[in-house]
Amino acid sequence: MLSLGSGGGKPVKPSFVSYVTPEEIKSTERETSRKEKHPDLLPGEVVFCSTNPVLKYTQDDVSQRGIFGTLVCTNFRIAFVSDEAPSEEQAQLFKNKLYGENDIPLTCVDHIYGGYDEKKKLITGGLVRNKYPSKIIIHCKDLRVFQFSLTYAKEEEAKKIFQGIIHHSLEPKSLKCIFAFSYCEKATATPEIHRTPRTVMFDTVEDWTQEMKRTKGNCKVVSANENFSLSQKLPQFFIMPTAVLDEDMTKFEGKGLPIWCWSHHSGCALFKTASLPLMQEDGYSQAYKIYMERMLNAVAQTHLYSVKTEELSDTLPTIQDIQQSYSRFKQFFLIDNTTEFWLSDMKWFSSLENSGWLDIIRQCLQKAVEVVECLEKENTNVLIMEEAGSDLCCVISSLVQLMLDPYCRTLAGFQSLVQKEWVAGGHSFLDRCNHVHQKDKEQFQSPVFLLFLECVWQLLQQHGPAFQFSETYLTVLSDSVHVPVFGTFLFNSPYHRATVMKNDSPQTQRGPLNCPEVWDWSLQFERKAQDLFTNPLYAEKPKQDKGARRTYRPKHQRQLSLPSSAFKTPPKKGFFKEETDSLKKMLRVKRISRWLHSPDSAQASTREFYEAWQRKPLDYHSLILPCLDGPAMRVWMQRYLRWIHEVQIFGGGAITVMSKLADLVGEVQELRRELERQACRADSNHQRAAASHRSSVRLSSSFPFATSRVWSFKPAIPTSLLQSLMITGGLADQDDEDGETLGVV
Amino acid sequence: MEKSGSTDSGECKPFSSRQPSVDSIASTSTCPSDRSSHLKPPVTHSSDALSTSTEVSLELQVGTSITTLGNCHKLAQEEPQLIPKESIQDIAKEVTYICPFSGAIRGTLSVTNYRLFFKCTDRDTAFALDLPLGVINRIEKIGGVSGRSEVSYGLVCKDMRNLRFAHKVQEGSFKKSIFEVLMKFAFPLSYGMEIFAFQYGQIFPESGWKVYDALSEYKRQGLPNESWRITKMNEHYELCDTYPATLVVPVTIPDEELKRVAAFRAKGRIPVLSWIHPESQATVTRCSQPMVGVNGKRSKDDEKYLQAIMDANAQSHKLFIFDARPSVNAAANKMKGGGYESEDAYQNAELVFLDIHNIHVMRESLRKLKEVVYPNIEESRWLSNLESTHWLEHIKLILAGALRIADKVESGRTSVVVHCSDGWDRTAQLTSLSMLMLDAHYRTLRGFQELVEKEWLSFGHRFQLRVGHGDRNHSDADRSPVFLQFIDCVWQMTRQFPSAFEFNEYFLITILDHLYSCLFGTFLGNSEQQRVKEELPERTVSLWSYINSQLEEFTNPLYVNYSNHVLFPVVSMRHLELWVGYYVRWNPRMRPQEPIHQRYKELLAKRAELQNRVEELQREVANRSGPSSEKAGSPTVAPVQT
Repeated sequence: MLSLGSGGGKPVKPSFVSYVTPEEIKSTERETSRKEKHPDLLPGEVVFCSTNPVLKYTQDDVSQRGIFGTLVCTNFRIAFVSDEAPSEEQAQLFKNKLYGENDIPLTCVDHIYGGYDEKKKLITGGLVRNKYPSKIIIHCKDLRVFQFSLTYAKEEEAKKIFQGIIHHSLEPKSLKCIFAFSYCEKATATPEIHRTPRTVMFDTVEDWTQEMKRTKGNCKVVSANENFSLSQKLPQFFIMPTAVLDEDMTKFEGKGLPIWCWSHHSGCALFKTASLPLMQEDGYSQAYKIYMERMLNAVAQTHLYSVKTEELSDTLPTIQDIQQSYSRFKQFFLIDNTTEFWLSDMKWFSSLENSGWLDIIRQCLQKAVEVVECLEKENTNVLIMEEAGSDLCCVISSLVQLMLDPYCRTLAGFQSLVQKEWVAGGHSFLDRCNHVHQKDKEQFQSPVFLLFLECVWQLLQQHGPAFQFSETYLTVLSDSVHVPVFGTFLFNSPYHRATVMKNDSPQTQRGPLNCPEVWDWSLQFERKAQDLFTNPLYAEKPKQDKGARRTYRPKHQRQLSLPSSAFKTPPKKGFFKEETDSLKKMLRVKRISRWLHSPDSAQASTREFYEAWQRKPLDYHSLILPCLDGPAMRVWMQRYLRWIHEVQIFGGGAITVMSKLADLVGEVQELRRELERQACRADSNHQRAAASHRSSVRLSSSFPFATSRVWSFKPAIPTSLLQSLMITGGLADQDDEDGETLGVV
Repeated sequence: MEKSGSTDSGECKPFSSRQPSVDSIASTSTCPSDRSSHLKPPVTHSSDALSTSTEVSLELQVGTSITTLGNCHKLAQEEPQLIPKESIQDIAKEVTYICPFSGAIRGTLSVTNYRLFFKCTDRDTAFALDLPLGVINRIEKIGGVSGRSEVSYGLVCKDMRNLRFAHKVQEGSFKKSIFEVLMKFAFPLSYGMEIFAFQYGQIFPESGWKVYDALSEYKRQGLPNESWRITKMNEHYELCDTYPATLVVPVTIPDEELKRVAAFRAKGRIPVLSWIHPESQATVTRCSQPMVGVNGKRSKDDEKYLQAIMDANAQSHKLFIFDARPSVNAAANKMKGGGYESEDAYQNAELVFLDIHNIHVMRESLRKLKEVVYPNIEESRWLSNLESTHWLEHIKLILAGALRIADKVESGRTSVVVHCSDGWDRTAQLTSLSMLMLDAHYRTLRGFQELVEKEWLSFGHRFQLRVGHGDRNHSDADRSPVFLQFIDCVWQMTRQFPSAFEFNEYFLITILDHLYSCLFGTFLGNSEQQRVKEELPERTVSLWSYINSQLEEFTNPLYVNYSNHVLFPVVSMRHLELWVGYYVRWNPRMRPQEPIHQRYKELLAKRAELQNRVEELQREVANRSGPSSEKAGSPTVAPVQT
């Protein structure tokens, strides 16, 4: 029974935790339990070193209590295995099959601090050879914080494990040392489960053709890069405007080529490109300019001779800004102890604001809304560009599609979107995550993909019923980036992946290696746990007769009514010379009036666009727009607060609603299945669902994460209250009732 | 719970024959196209006064069936739909409403004895403003534009908005400006008139005045018992004129001694029981500060009394005294004869200060908050601006105090005494919030009404003074948003425990709207004694009559009966947020596309549908699995708790 509400009276002692204070252990003989326990190793996993006994502090406790066990470092993870056998009861519903709650995948390590006496020092690798700390504090990229005491282990063992951990999790290494490569060599290829609808990988011509058909686009699929001869940044297959000449394709290694992202039902489309350096005044710049003009022309011809361009780096933060802001932001959640927590609670809002993270999210959403406005309201083609065309371009183009295309808000649609825009789109996951800790790559490290997920979360929390997937899904996806098993997040581009994989297996006869994709969720979670990925609030499109469908169809049919765009240059024969001039002029005008003018006007315009949309009747299966006002931008509580004991709401949190709804939905499904099974008369076991019901009363806001802490429930009473609010003078010193006033009715 | 919904609609039927207007409209709310059905009942919800065109036109269409007092309504709909005993006092055409969000809007302004109604006359935009005069805090003439014979008036409202109107004055006309008429009806008490609640005679199927009965509430708590007794000492409000007639005191203290204790407590507000733990017998008692004074006066009777409270709980040999004030302020009170319990005098008692600031600090904080949220929010500095108002910090301190009280009672099984200076502001906040944490009964729709009736109304929170009903004196230092803070804290708890409360956000907003509206008698007066003297239950309608006549509007579709679970909210700033749905609701951009209560209703319907489905399927399964199975008879699936 949970100790909810009766914590203090009868402390519930879970069987697997040893409550021993450091002092106590000193008196007991240390040598008794010297049985080292190792975790169940994954295929291809090798233990480097291990030490016992190590004390793992319970984070939520000031009294420095903890659990004894073995600290292990393998080529996949740092694992802590408790000396005591975990009890059956602790079998978690949401257990990750690859790593346990006390395991840290090596690529998930963010920072390691050494506790030397009372000082906490950041370990930067290499430096600390001889002196090992008495305490290791590990901050993880999924925001967990671990503290281990090494004082109970033998000296040389403690030193060895410390150096092992530092070496394997912080020092530069080659990509091949990433666990995924050992894993996929040894792992028996899991038969790919074809879940319907499947995730589109965008690695074949068919996938792209299909996608264009789906959105009723009128561009062409290009296979010229099948062998990466055209560009090492672009995918093997991609789509671009039909008007781009073949000879133009090979000019600048794919730079400047407008790559099709998505077509609006009106016929206009969204394109992205890696921009050419137009500002330099060298011999090339003239060639670049002429080339860009031709490309813009080609884009414009896609629909109504209109195009708007947007250089994202003009208005959005750089990847370094993003990295710096996130570094500040995440610090608020990497809490070492209770005192620190309550101290930081006082200035919470202003610290949050100073980190700038929410503002960056807002800027990205704002930009996406501007692009949506062009497509939806003005039916203009849009070309977004930035230097590499694979960072903010990915963020903005994916967000635009999420807002406009309800398919992208389904689970399969979202995964396909990530494949299309991020994986095939050549987002440099390896450099941005710096999985291999290369010092020279540190400046390129930036949580761009996480920024995208943050934006998606904002949309999700504002328009819950529009999304088929849940917050938990997004949280798990953001964690999975740092699990070095999936090919999805390991490479800088499809070319990079192809070359690494090809070279890797010359002698094996199995053909090129194949890393599993993150989308194969069964590798991480049981089916039941995966149920938490779906949003019970999702308003499924009513599956009605075809008549109803037809009403939806027009969304993706060409509308012939001319939109309000001011640029409807009639197609003429001699387009090129004069028309490019006018086009140039037009483009410049456009850019100035729409994009480069004071940011306020753009904001005012999107505001108007938002308000107009807001007045329309609600439809979760068409356009959704985010509210960008201050109070609407929120902190992704589940992701950031889940491990912090002080803020766990026992019996509460949004999850209670979700689980309540999920239970109801689950029950209906179960019963439906039951009915189908009824043919066989055998006394079907009825107890099923009933027993497994998660009573929301028993959940905490951190569910499904950090479930094991439930036993230690006690209300978190803030310390240092008065300090937080020193109001003095005038009003504060007055008495409540100055001078008796008679109350009259 | 869904039962209550169905029986309620049943109850409405006989009522509908008497008052066809109200109920027929309530029933049309099932029509899916109608998104503003809540507007039809006799009360206007100012929350939607700034509604969009479609909503307004719908409202008026459906609302035409309300014809009252023979005021023949033209279909021009420039005038409001009147409620019983409401009459139009003045109408001015060609008035400009200067909307901070969409600019100047021309229209017709009507003032009744209950409301202000502004209807845009522009054909393209159907815009209407409809607010009870009670929400107006101040009316200012901003001054005419010289030479243009236009005057401008600013209305500062109690519900976080300001309105500005301008209109032409006909030169040489002796007609009073409509705003002078408005002034009179907005502040009736200042003009020697009666508050509108005394005229409004709407009849509801059940009387909200009967929602709370002290004796049956104490009976529910298991009182009287061997340690606590009910005393009639205050039947005529002679022991303490700000306390209710029924009080629960320790058995060991005879009535005569109560008088001597009363002499030592400010305003005679002796410690009395508010809540008793059903198992441990630990109690929450409330009172005012002891009259210690500079000389450290002691009272043997008071000391004995507190000892008796402690002794009534066999589980603990300690008593916690929670003084809501910052210790500095508590000490400063000694100068005025007040103070706090010294630990020498009260052995076994531990005194804790909860650092909650006084009513003036709270008023100032809310004023700052209004500046930050109305009309526009400065996006880039939103969070630091919010922090600078300290509003959420005050909320945090209040919740933290209530949490400590609940924790002591629940986990520590220790009885607590709660007081501030007079024991009617901060004390009411703390006791009611801790009771909400401790006792699931108060988290139901009716239970919450009882809680407000008991801890706030009967124990003399000075609503009349704190809100300033019908009173022109807007700068009165006795005004303070103490009750608003309490409701905000409740809202914070519903955010943290979204399925633990039977009521929804709309319920809380409705309570706050009618805290100011002066339509109901519930929040009039300062004490039970005054309410009895003024015969409020006989002469006015209770807010709960209205609310209980359409409970489904206020029901949380996700309610799960937490039964005996104690809720301990997290009082970290990380989990506290500004109540946008209340404080920022006038900003059209912050408004959800769909009104919240509509969402709730849809969810409720969906839930009922799912539930029926489950039951249907269960039945089918049971039937098919064959009658031989003995399980078939009994439900095999745990009933879905909703």
